[in-house]
Amino acid sequence: MAFTMHVDIVSAEEAIFSGKARMVFAPAVMGEVGILPRHAPLLTQLRPGEVRVQTEDGTEDFFYVSGGMLEVQPYTVTVLADTAVRAKDIDEAAAIEAKQRAEQALKDRKSDIDYARAQAELIEASARLQAIQHLRKKTGR
Amino acid sequence: MAVGKEIRTKIKSIKNTQKITRAMEMVAASKMRKAQDRMAASRPYADKMRAVISHLAHAHPEYKHPYLKPREEVKRVGFIVISSDRGLCGGLNTNMLRALLGEMRQLHKEKVEIDLCTIGKKAHAFFKRLGGNLVGQVDHLGDAPQLSDLIGTVKIMLDAYSEGRIDRLCVVYNEFVNTMTQKAHIDQLIPIEAGELDAQLKHHWDYLYEPEAKAVLDGLMMRYIESLVYQGVVENIACEQAARMVAMKSASDNAGDLIGELQLVYNKARQAAITQEISEIVGGAAAV
Repeated sequence: MAFTMHVDIVSAEEAIFSGKARMVFAPAVMGEVGILPRHAPLLTQLRPGEVRVQTEDGTEDFFYVSGGMLEVQPYTVTVLADTAVRAKDIDEAAAIEAKQRAEQALKDRKSDIDYARAQAELIEASARLQAIQHLRKKTGR
Repeated sequence: MAVGKEIRTKIKSIKNTQKITRAMEMVAASKMRKAQDRMAASRPYADKMRAVISHLAHAHPEYKHPYLKPREEVKRVGFIVISSDRGLCGGLNTNMLRALLGEMRQLHKEKVEIDLCTIGKKAHAFFKRLGGNLVGQVDHLGDAPQLSDLIGTVKIMLDAYSEGRIDRLCVVYNEFVNTMTQKAHIDQLIPIEAGELDAQLKHHWDYLYEPEAKAVLDGLMMRYIESLVYQGVVENIACEQAARMVAMKSASDNAGDLIGELQLVYNKARQAAITQEISEIVGGAAAV
């Protein structure tokens, strides 16, 4: 009987595949790699493409990934798939956008936190809640 | 009959409010279930990621990533604050902000400066009102947030760390313990604290990296931090719905009690009016 290894394909939003496999093909950035059991530890980035898993009974499963990471240990293979399309400038644009949103919203900002006021406001809010709970207890609800 | 018209209208308006709170409770309950599923679905990725990172922390790479090395002096700390977009969810955001404020005050005393990134409208409004160095912000993530919505906010902080503007990065969120309990949490993201050692991996080894260690590790670390923040966001949504469900349930109960009391007052008033009328008629008949 051929060696098998454990394969997990997960993305940040869900688990996609988990099971035993004889061989895994993945689209690494340097070219497609085929992983057999007892492969040396490997860590590589994936480009968009197809991950193929040859399961124990010889059938092949296909999964599309839009990039991600591949980790190989002798008896486990983990594909950490991306859910978002990413490239350096897309990420950069997203960062700038988030920053601008903050700046826009904070045009009249004060640079230092008014701790006393913040504290007072929070204390008031929690006191209000406590009072409600207290009242409820008193009326036996 | 004109008796107790004010009471009747009051009862009616409370009933309307109760309808709203009850509907909100049911909506929150069903959303909570979905949020919990989403939380469970995102867990395997974070677990696998953590496993890879802990392998990495104990491998003996020729290139040590900056996120794995703690800095000696901490001058500025970054916080990613995760809150809900909407209110009416009990003390959820208040408790979280209070925990954060305690921490911030402590840091302030130690002359450590603070950068803030907020996720969700409530935290943003809070710091907008009260000041604080806000460097990034995102809101309106909805009930099913996507990782791509968070990339920008997280990247600001990661860049700040790489460029040495901040020396530590923490995430603040609510942990979902169960429906009744949510706990505010402040977790350190970077520098990454290495997990416990995997016994079978104690010998000297290192990964093969393709194309090269730096590029691969950069990509990996970025995804790791993003996945942690994403998990915080998903968990916070489950907390929000749970807290809202509980708050709305007690609101509906209170409305019910109020209606009961008012109904009693109304019935008494009605009874009194009828009795009075009868006695007036009887009195009138006797006089004739």
